[in-house]
Amino acid sequence: MTDPTDDAVSESPLAALHEQLGAKMIPFAGWRMPVQYSSIIKEHEAVRTSCGIFDISHMGQFFVEGEGATAWLNGMLSNDLSQLALDEGQYTFLLNPEGGVIDDLIVYRCEEERFFLVVNASKIEEDYDWLNQHLPKGVELANESKFWAAMAVQGPESPQVFAKLFGEEVELPKRNGYAAIDCEGELILVCRTGYTGEDGFEFFSATEMGSEWFQRFIDAGAEPCGLGARDSLRLEVCYPLNGSDLSAQRTPLQAGLGFFCKLDTEFIGRDALLKQKQEGLGERLVAIRYTGKGAPPRAHYLLCDEAGEELSELTSGVLSPTLREGIGMAYVPLTHAAVGTRVQVDVRGRKFPAEIVKKPFYKRA
Amino acid sequence: MSIPENYRYTSDHEWISVEGDVATVGITDHAQEELTDIVFVELPDVGRVCDAQEAVAVVESVKAASDIYAPLSGEILEGNEALESDPSLVNTAAHEDGWIFKIRLSDPSQLDSLMDAAAYAAHIGA
Repeated sequence: MTDPTDDAVSESPLAALHEQLGAKMIPFAGWRMPVQYSSIIKEHEAVRTSCGIFDISHMGQFFVEGEGATAWLNGMLSNDLSQLALDEGQYTFLLNPEGGVIDDLIVYRCEEERFFLVVNASKIEEDYDWLNQHLPKGVELANESKFWAAMAVQGPESPQVFAKLFGEEVELPKRNGYAAIDCEGELILVCRTGYTGEDGFEFFSATEMGSEWFQRFIDAGAEPCGLGARDSLRLEVCYPLNGSDLSAQRTPLQAGLGFFCKLDTEFIGRDALLKQKQEGLGERLVAIRYTGKGAPPRAHYLLCDEAGEELSELTSGVLSPTLREGIGMAYVPLTHAAVGTRVQVDVRGRKFPAEIVKKPFYKRA
Repeated sequence: MSIPENYRYTSDHEWISVEGDVATVGITDHAQEELTDIVFVELPDVGRVCDAQEAVAVVESVKAASDIYAPLSGEILEGNEALESDPSLVNTAAHEDGWIFKIRLSDPSQLDSLMDAAAYAAHIGA
């Protein structure tokens, strides 16, 4: 029972409110963020059955605009921006020339030639530098991360929570949609996206207004939730965590996310992906589920085949609050990637039987 | 939060209740509150002979695994098998049914080196 080393440099603009709400704070990606308020399991269940709210102010916000923005950005990102209608968003990758993942992000089209990007906290600088290095004349790239507080309101009852605050006249954008809303002179951004597998939206306000909004959502029925529940929720639906399930050494094809790489468009990393597609993936990110009770699987635990030979290590793992069984993901050789393949997870020298299962572990009704 | 008067405590937030030379060990109410949601307990091997401060068991919450140490040297007599089917007993009854293991102390006089309830209360700032 020791406290993790506190190497955080940034404080969420909502930090004082979190402390007031009784949150337990931990360092994460250079930030001090709430890991839980009451209980990770309760918070997880609130999102699955009603509504929860997460502070995601650590995430980064970029805007790209100018003539040629669409064409340029489409050459930087793996998905096809030309398919985006106005006020629509898509999940996409920023890849290195080898096809490895620099970051996974969501890009929204706010205007014909203006885009809003939401990127991972730990990658803000790297993404910005990479994009900036390739920036053509006439296109502007702005890192506005400091100016925005961000929160995710998630769960089947999130539309009702939204309606309570905004009434009937302001409509929640449709799935993957984006809306810039003038709220009595205050600009807020609302995106119908999330990281939990439930209906919900992500909400952006001016930094100094963040705590007020967070409290308003709580008063409207959202349960405050921390990074602990965020991790178990996203893993149940097999959403990858960059730095764990995604890395600069592995491609989205190996991660099973080829759908978000439109190989008929030109983008950095495309040639490497085409080559890999032709030569073979070598390994794949698979979903692993315990076949019985056992110690919770966690990232970096060894994964072994049925005979006990080491295969790889887990990239993520948790005792699923919904399934009440151990779940995880790992890159395994294609010979062991088929659904139904029996494997074992090594926890402190004890091996727990598990099998490769179809993704995701959980799908909302 | 409760801190029973008749128990001894370690700075690692374990409680010790002694009868003769047999000590029952668990984690404190304060510790379970900090950990929340205990989802798994790995019990020590019965018959294991261990030194004081040796990690012998593991208590796991959703987020983290925490080692549980032998508070004093001795031999493990028993693990609380009820925790295998219901690890949340550590949350709901940390000082009673949520006990983790029993150990036969090699030198019961070492008990004096552990904190009493008042000292533990001060330790956690209660």
